[in-house]
Amino acid sequence: MNTSVQVSTPPSVMHIFITVLKRDLTLAYRRRQDLVNPMIFFIIVVSLLPLGVSPEKSFLQEAGAGVVWVAALLATLLSLDSLFRSDFDDGSLEQIVLTPQPLFIMVLAKICAHWLVTGVPLIILSPMLGVMMHLEFETIKVLMLTLLLGTPVLSLIGAIGAALTVGLKVGGVLISLLILPLYIPVLIFGTGTVQAAANMLPIDGYIALMGAIFALSLTMSPLAAAAALRISLSN
Amino acid sequence: MWTFFHKLGSPKWFYDISGKWLPWFAVVSALLLVLGSIWALAFAPADYQQGNSFRIIYIHVPSAILAQSCFMMMAIAGAIGLIWKMKLADMFVKAAAPVGASFTFMALLTGAVWGKPTWGTWWVWDARLTSMLILLFLYFGIMALQSAIEDAATAAKASAVLALVGMVNIPIIKYSVEWWNTLHQPATFTLTEKPAMPAEMWVPLLVMVIGFYCFFTTVILLRTRNEILERERRTNWVKKLVTKGVAL
Repeated sequence: MNTSVQVSTPPSVMHIFITVLKRDLTLAYRRRQDLVNPMIFFIIVVSLLPLGVSPEKSFLQEAGAGVVWVAALLATLLSLDSLFRSDFDDGSLEQIVLTPQPLFIMVLAKICAHWLVTGVPLIILSPMLGVMMHLEFETIKVLMLTLLLGTPVLSLIGAIGAALTVGLKVGGVLISLLILPLYIPVLIFGTGTVQAAANMLPIDGYIALMGAIFALSLTMSPLAAAAALRISLSN
Repeated sequence: MWTFFHKLGSPKWFYDISGKWLPWFAVVSALLLVLGSIWALAFAPADYQQGNSFRIIYIHVPSAILAQSCFMMMAIAGAIGLIWKMKLADMFVKAAAPVGASFTFMALLTGAVWGKPTWGTWWVWDARLTSMLILLFLYFGIMALQSAIEDAATAAKASAVLALVGMVNIPIIKYSVEWWNTLHQPATFTLTEKPAMPAEMWVPLLVMVIGFYCFFTTVILLRTRNEILERERRTNWVKKLVTKGVAL
């Protein structure tokens, strides 16, 4: 009997990436209500500053960019737990880790989906919040640019924290403790850029630095997160 | 030379040999710290501008050097534990985290105490101080992660990954005074240039730094030995040791 043995070629890296990305986006779309919560949190936290400190225009113009950035940070932190947890709970994370395909590509795809679902709405909401903080139009443009460069970094670094704590029952504040020190440089440079723009100073250097931070985290974080995932799932 | 390194993989061997090293390190560190402190406080000349209040440098600079050194050692030990799965390296990371955090806190505290009379402020959000504060938070994060994970091996691997990720902060701290315009002064000791201080001032500083390193080693040896006893408590040699009533 003639049996032809077919050797299947392994899926290409792009195919793996797109598959995991589509899966995560589909799953996120099915739980749309969960995605709105960080957005509402973002808006409420930004509103707390004028209500709690001072609604003076001069103060808000000075502090506004920083507040928007801090609120973006906190909103991203809130949403990080869901990056791996639901997959962990139903066992699909173990299946993902066990596949022979490179784990860091799949982690990168999950982070990309997370950014599209969490970071992009933050960027879209930021002009409205900038107006609430009485920021100039040019400043708001720079704010959006820094968020565009910065929110992927937040998702990337946050994934490391999420991966380290996915197996734990405590979760919650622990991720924040681990991730916030690593977020501080991004925060400093992001707000520094907006302050420089508000003071009519050139921002090229700042943007280059933010781009460098983005490049570093884009290349290194998926590897660290993949290693952390294997460690978390090892018991 | 490599057999020495391989032998370190055995907790029992390390426990025995560290028991022999410990008294020497303790005596040497006590000697150096006492000698250095007396030299620094009494015999080093007063600063031209700051007078006698600059003498806190003899605690501030060694603590800061140790704080950064300890983190680098933890990252390297973590990498060794991840790559070669050496239990002792993992125990070092666990033992060193609170010590490094204490040194960082001491550096920040002595810096604040020095800053108030000299530069007029307890604190300023410049690059050096902020990055040292981030270092403190990173230490706390590692300690929190270690206590959150129950299984010792998993906790060790996870904190090793976190220490390696946090290594990014160390060059930022070190070069912060060169890259940014900060209130904090540039480095006292560099490898390439003569120190900006006269020898009567920097020699006691060097003695204090070495004394601090010896003190650090003593404390780490004590803590690691403790960790070994706890982790290997089900082995025969630990049971014999504990029931015989021999402490060190």
